Amino acid sequence: MSLVMDILTICAVSAGALFFLAGTVGLLRFPDTLTRLHALTKVDNLGLGLIVLGLLPQTSSLLAVKLVIVWLLVQLSGAVVTQLIAGAVRQHGADG
Amino acid sequence: MNAATLFGLCGAALVGIGLYGLITNPEPLRKILAFNLLGGGVFLLFGVIARRAAVAGLGGDPVPQAMVITAIVVAFAATAMAIALVQRLGDETGRASISSDSSGTGDGEEKS
Amino acid sequence: MSIASVFDVALVALILAIGASTILVRKAFAAVVMFVVYGLLLSIAWVRLHAVDVALTEAAIGGGMTGLLLLGAVARSRSVNVGGPWIGRPARLATCALCALVVAGLAIAMLHPPEVIPTLAPTVMESLPQSGLGNPVAGVLFVFRALDTLLEKVVLLLALLGVWSLAPDRAWGGMPGLHVYARSDPTLIFLAQLLPPVGIVFGIYMCWVGAKDPGGAFQGGTVLAAMWLLVIVAGLQKAPAIGRLWLRGLLVAGPVLFLAIGLAGWVFADAFLAYPAGYAKPLIVAVEAALTLSIAVALGMLAAGPPERAQQQ
Repeated sequence: MSLVMDILTICAVSAGALFFLAGTVGLLRFPDTLTRLHALTKVDNLGLGLIVLGLLPQTSSLLAVKLVIVWLLVQLSGAVVTQLIAGAVRQHGADG
Repeated sequence: MNAATLFGLCGAALVGIGLYGLITNPEPLRKILAFNLLGGGVFLLFGVIARRAAVAGLGGDPVPQAMVITAIVVAFAATAMAIALVQRLGDETGRASISSDSSGTGDGEEKS
Repeated sequence: MSIASVFDVALVALILAIGASTILVRKAFAAVVMFVVYGLLLSIAWVRLHAVDVALTEAAIGGGMTGLLLLGAVARSRSVNVGGPWIGRPARLATCALCALVVAGLAIAMLHPPEVIPTLAPTVMESLPQSGLGNPVAGVLFVFRALDTLLEKVVLLLALLGVWSLAPDRAWGGMPGLHVYARSDPTLIFLAQLLPPVGIVFGIYMCWVGAKDPGGAFQGGTVLAAMWLLVIVAGLQKAPAIGRLWLRGLLVAGPVLFLAIGLAGWVFADAFLAYPAGYAKPLIVAVEAALTLSIAVALGMLAAGPPERAQQQ
């Protein structure tokens, strides 16, 4: 049983790290602010989500709840900040 | 080289970087920023000293750690005070620089 | 080389690069953003040094609160004519040499630690059970070096007095200027309605858990202050006028309670700031709770800045 859990952890955390890598490449390579934001949201939601999912089998139940709360809070802040930046871009242009 | 020594060298380098910015940059706001950077380096040195003094069951000596916590809070208070002073200066004089009216940097003014 | 040391080397390289670009980047706004990143990276370094309490403080105050303060200052100084003369090249080279000398001195000190490393950790661990606390850092803060902690709160109040005293005469007793760059935005208002309940629970939890695990009054207070500032920045609530009695009462409540318990120590436990045997933990928790509130209000008002307009009745 624990072997299955370990394999799940390795797969999920690796996939999450891959999303982080892809998102960072996108942040550096994409041409304008809106597409860069698009790359970042993938990291926030999927990358961190997969890493949290991978860590869940390795922790006690209380810690697991905390991990899920961390993921939800990061999602919330990520979504709001993305909205705010996108709104600012629309109002003032990419330089403002 | 162990991890503590590595972070110790990092702290030393940060002190140097912060000091350079503090001296060379004429904008008061950037000076405050550089001073905070320097402070971060000094705190890190404290952390390394705490880490080296670890005993069984503890990650480090709690006394320097507690002192760093106090120091971070006091540094924030000093930063808030400094920023308020700079802003009042800006409101009064319309400038955000303190170096052009002090005689010490008159040399640099001619060159730039 | 193990994975952990590869991580450490990469982290140090990243911290140094971000630190250097904080100094070298041209725009003040970019420099502040770099500084916030620097604060967060530094807190990871603190975790690597096994100092989780310090990591929490660094992330909350060093990165978050200082960043907010500096961002506000940059936003306000945009209208002001920025920029003075940079110092000349010879002076800059001399500065470089001086800084290299300082770095070399510190590096030598770091590479040659003393034979017997002085430590107070065994003494702390020996006396910690008497206080009823489980977190040695909290023990140092509230029992063994309580005077430091008390005076630090006084420093916070003095800094706040200093900031307030910079207000123009007409604005004295009025409202801080945080509203200046608050732009009401539906998304921000949504966040300011959703997050504070979670944040308040989290702040109280951090203060409570600080007796046993990493956490404590500073970190909890900072989270509470951040929630308050979020509500103010979103425009849901105005920053309170600094003349308000409840505000001033909250500001001094923590230090006054701490001082009162400290003075009572003279009567009941033979020393200033000593706790009577058996009552240490409840007294410390009471002091921490009051301090958390006072710290939250003090940090919030420090970040809000000096009053800028007279109180409207």
